[in-house]
Amino acid sequence: MSEVLGVDVWRGAEQGAFQAFAIPRRQHQTVLDVVTEIQREHDSTLSYRFACRVGMCGSCAMVVNGRPRWTCRTRVNEVVKGGERLRLEPLRNFTVVKDLAVEMTGFFDKWKQVHGYFEPGAQPAKDFAVVPPQTKERKFADAGIECIGCGVCYSACDVVAWDEDYLGPAALNRAWTLVNDVRDRGQAARRNAVSGSDGCQACHTHMSCTRFCPKGIEPTYAIAGLKRAMFGWGAR
Amino acid sequence: MPILFIAQRATAFVLAFAVAVHLATILYAVRGGLTAAEILARTHGNVAFALFYGVFVVAVAIHAPIGLRNVLREWTPWRGRSLDVVLLLFSLLLLALGLRAVIAVYS
Repeated sequence: MSEVLGVDVWRGAEQGAFQAFAIPRRQHQTVLDVVTEIQREHDSTLSYRFACRVGMCGSCAMVVNGRPRWTCRTRVNEVVKGGERLRLEPLRNFTVVKDLAVEMTGFFDKWKQVHGYFEPGAQPAKDFAVVPPQTKERKFADAGIECIGCGVCYSACDVVAWDEDYLGPAALNRAWTLVNDVRDRGQAARRNAVSGSDGCQACHTHMSCTRFCPKGIEPTYAIAGLKRAMFGWGAR
Repeated sequence: MPILFIAQRATAFVLAFAVAVHLATILYAVRGGLTAAEILARTHGNVAFALFYGVFVVAVAIHAPIGLRNVLREWTPWRGRSLDVVLLLFSLLLLALGLRAVIAVYS
């Protein structure tokens, strides 16, 4: 392990350039550690976003050596071999605010568009819903429920790159967990939202979302589930 | 209801079968060389042939324009009614040319 890590960091917004830094290489240091060290010790004008540092909040995602990753749980050793340099860019498919920070409003607007929230209905349920863990619906919901909204899948998605109206893997994955929530009373609007031309049918099954999701969620299969389910909705 | 999506998937199902039969028939039929006269001798008045290719043509006329529409929507800024009208005309063109060919070799 060399003692100094060469780091190239994107500076600017849509227009900008990489700035080179030399950071002491430390055992077990994460990519987020490197960014924080640059900001605190080398250039306090560097903008980036983080909160929890332990893989829960989903705010520190960046493109690391060409691939979208959560930086707090990515060790430098995983992405830099030997004397290679570390290259940090903002997430793709988002508008860059400054340096490594991106505007995520559009991304979360799409969650709203797919009704990515629980709809309890006009009247509160009279009793607790019993949802046995072994039911198909519960298993489908479980598979996608741990999404932290980091935007890594959205950054990796080719369809988002060429169609900005495409709802994207994260929102559709969230919709799929709710389509399988037997307590939900807002399914009609959600079904309409995911069935449109910019919904699940636009997915090309490239599987980049599934490949890069740091939580190991497989949005591709959630979207495939929505595609299958659409045939049933159509028949009604 | 996503009619175009379902129509495209349903016709894909038909075409997966129809294209396989079509290709297998070509490979089988031309083994020893084949003339136009020999082909027409087999297809004239053959109802099964006409029905098979009639279904094939209808499936193509539905399937291809929907796929082309998706490609154009993804790769160009072209959206809306003008795109749909042009592709509907393309569908009718495929249908007319295809059925004309089926009728020509049947009758």
